[in-house]
Amino acid sequence: MNNPNKYRLRRTMMFLNCQKPGLIKDPYIYKPDSIMLDLEDAVAEREKDAARFSLYHALQEIDYRGVERVVRINGLDTDLWREDVRCAVAGGCDSIRIPKTETADDVRTVEYAIAEAEREFRRPVGSVLIMAALESARGVINAMSICDSSERLFGIALSGGDYSRDLQISISGTGVEFMGARQHMIIAARAAKIQCFDTVWTNLDDMEGFRREVETIHSMGFDGKSIINPRQIPVVHDIYTPKEKDIIFAEKVIKEIDEKKARGIGVFTVDGKMIDIAFYDGAKRTIALAKASGVYEGDL
Amino acid sequence: MINAVGRDIPEEILEITGKEPFQGNFYKDDKSTVMRGPTIRPVMNNQKSKLVANIREALIKCEAHDGMTVSFHHHFRDGDLIVNMVMKEIHDMGFRNITICATSLGKAHDPLVPMIEDGTITGIESSGVRGKIGEAISQGKLKGLAVMRSHGGRVRALATGEAHVDIAFIGAPTADDYGNLRGIGGKADCGVLSYAIVDGNHADHCVAITDCLVPYPNFPAHISQTKVDYVCVVDEIGVPSKIASGAAKPTTDQRKLLMAQYCTDVVVNTPWFKDGFSYQTGVGGASIASTQYLAEIMRERNIHMGFGVGGLTKAMCQLLDDGMARVMLDVQDFDLDAVHNLKNVNHHRIPAGVYANPLNKGAVVNKLDYVVLASLEVDVHFNCNVVVGSDGMITGAQGGHPDTAQGAKCAIVICPLLQGRIPAICTDVTTVTTPGESIDVVVTDYGVAVNPARQDILQALKEADCVPLKTIEELRDIAYSIVGEPEKVEFEDRIVGIIEARDGTIMDVVRQIKDIEQPTVYRRKTAKRKAGGTAASRSSRAK
Amino acid sequence: MEIIKTAVAGTLESSDCMVTIEPAQKGLELDLESAVIRQYGKRIMEVALETLDRLDVQNARVSIVDKGALDCTIKARVECAAMRAAEHEGRISWGGVIR
Repeated sequence: MNNPNKYRLRRTMMFLNCQKPGLIKDPYIYKPDSIMLDLEDAVAEREKDAARFSLYHALQEIDYRGVERVVRINGLDTDLWREDVRCAVAGGCDSIRIPKTETADDVRTVEYAIAEAEREFRRPVGSVLIMAALESARGVINAMSICDSSERLFGIALSGGDYSRDLQISISGTGVEFMGARQHMIIAARAAKIQCFDTVWTNLDDMEGFRREVETIHSMGFDGKSIINPRQIPVVHDIYTPKEKDIIFAEKVIKEIDEKKARGIGVFTVDGKMIDIAFYDGAKRTIALAKASGVYEGDL
Repeated sequence: MINAVGRDIPEEILEITGKEPFQGNFYKDDKSTVMRGPTIRPVMNNQKSKLVANIREALIKCEAHDGMTVSFHHHFRDGDLIVNMVMKEIHDMGFRNITICATSLGKAHDPLVPMIEDGTITGIESSGVRGKIGEAISQGKLKGLAVMRSHGGRVRALATGEAHVDIAFIGAPTADDYGNLRGIGGKADCGVLSYAIVDGNHADHCVAITDCLVPYPNFPAHISQTKVDYVCVVDEIGVPSKIASGAAKPTTDQRKLLMAQYCTDVVVNTPWFKDGFSYQTGVGGASIASTQYLAEIMRERNIHMGFGVGGLTKAMCQLLDDGMARVMLDVQDFDLDAVHNLKNVNHHRIPAGVYANPLNKGAVVNKLDYVVLASLEVDVHFNCNVVVGSDGMITGAQGGHPDTAQGAKCAIVICPLLQGRIPAICTDVTTVTTPGESIDVVVTDYGVAVNPARQDILQALKEADCVPLKTIEELRDIAYSIVGEPEKVEFEDRIVGIIEARDGTIMDVVRQIKDIEQPTVYRRKTAKRKAGGTAASRSSRAK
Repeated sequence: MEIIKTAVAGTLESSDCMVTIEPAQKGLELDLESAVIRQYGKRIMEVALETLDRLDVQNARVSIVDKGALDCTIKARVECAAMRAAEHEGRISWGGVIR
């Protein structure tokens, strides 16, 4: 299975309550990379059924203009998630986010249900991707095996609220309590060659704190962040937009290596300094990100 | 007869009103025009007191009669008590066929509806009407025609004598016993009396109403003793909390902030944004936010505003206090910050005529580089509608919209593409209030459209690549693709109001709304045998 | 689908609608209250009736208070109210009667 969307750009993944028509009707005007249509925590227990009908028709009828449509289903400890999967797959979602993932088996259980739904609703098997949210100490510790659990899995995400409760701590805003989880998860994700996403920042009045946190997770290597409000989008995109000097350097690296390789030369130099072939993939990623951010108009 | 914005103005309306259909923005430019003065009774006797005991006495002394026209200003906004107070007296005295010539009427004036229904009030001339009066007019309850004029247009109508006021009632926050009136001080502090100045100049009789009598002379007077016949002291002329509703809280609505960002991007990337530029904006969340974004860029690039004008808010006055704007020209204050800011020596009051009258020797709006406006609807011809709701009900006011849009070099309209399910960008506006030739840029949450007549602006924005540019037709198509094309709202034949263009020609007419049963009921009597069939008969019945 | 009890779905928030379905002896009665009734009243009635037809609701009193909902929301609320009123449980026929 080779789903071309597996490695798409996901700097901002915005949660939206499926139960709120005013929220789900046109979030694309704020240009997030993905939206996460939530059937889980945002939806009151007695509105779970209503949220599914809204979700199904929204997926069917609203043109989200290329924004990835992820559906967060209810947890595997509920009797809701199987119908959530059927609804999301039937509606035509791009991906499913599994909450409270603790083991590789959790992912495989959902994967099986997705495949079943794909057959039931005549979608190509493998067309729906998965992301797994790690929300507990056990989940975080099992990150590596979770990352390796499924070909459909495009990434893992830290869910800080539940995780901090499981750790018996409160969220400080400094990020110190998430250091271990973040580091562990990004390493596991990279080892499995999938993406890694950071938790939400809930204090909308503290945009400075938000910016600092995004800078931190960006430099740690995270591919993006879960967000709760469109106001957060420009901040994340700004930080994830490659800087001019990085783009110029990446361009030089690619051109140098392409050119020298063509001539059979194995030693590469940029701006007088020796560089390694290992720079090549990183440079390619920088250019791709620059293109996606609309700041690159070169010919690479 | 089809006018310059494609609206059919029936001959009978042209006959009744003696007006011409709208011929384009510059139809009366440079044409000889006669101005008229009022008929007054001079006060030469130095023994005469101008103080009257109550409104009834003022009405008697001003020779109130059936069929007269009385005027009011709206500086007290939703806190106004004057209109209802005076009209109650007129009603109680049994006068009939009264025309109200107000600068604007709002929700505060809902109590006038019974007077419309019983024939006390048969004519309304106003910038617009919100609330129940708007509904009453749309339902055909007003006997005569409602005339909607812009702020500048009203000054023109009074100055040329097209509109004639018998008695002007001017609520004044402070007054002395000889009729020197100021907009500042007292209990109902509204800062300025700009819209009422023309009433002082052109009404036959002029009655000042105040709840704060101060010693003579109340100087510098905003309206002079030379214009005022009588002064009436009452308990209360306004509700302070509803006059300057306080500084608007900065919006956190991301949709508005998005539009504000687009708006600011348009301003800073068009050629008039340079040191000394002039600017007017409104009170909506997006307008205020865009003023704040603009202020940041002005600071970054060290660009100062030459002058700001209009109904003013905290955001604009802040620019003056911070030295980022040189002068503010004030016709109305929307919040207390703006009222208090009048202390700044560079914050000047100007009369409505100086602000916007099209038929004087050049109004301030002509010197505007940018104006940022809102609109209920904009159509693919860039015509705007700010008076009649998409459901056909009169619900808004022209204000200075047509005046500033025509005057400014770059008139920007901000409106969300959809208001609930209603598409704000549409094929044809319900009623034209500002002609498309005045509107240059439309900013929505889905993109920005430039009037094709303004290739200079389009080029500048293309080069700057700063906003998602769309054609106005594209915006409309997006709106219709999301909400479906609306059905045409049905009207009766009867015309209940006219929209006057700035120059006094007719821009459009407003028709009586058709009654509709709400709820609508469908009933299918026979039960179907089988699922999936649709053959069952449906019939509708009126409730 | 048989309506056996009164049920409500949706809210009165902007862009939403509130649908109430009650059991009725004979036939289908549908009424609508909407701020956009002049522009979209016919369309809303059409969508609601089509949805009720698909669900095979034959005897019910249905009332919709609309706050500018899009078609997809009207369908979702009518379906949800009907399912609740019929005490439907278990799998939903996505893409079948729900579409």
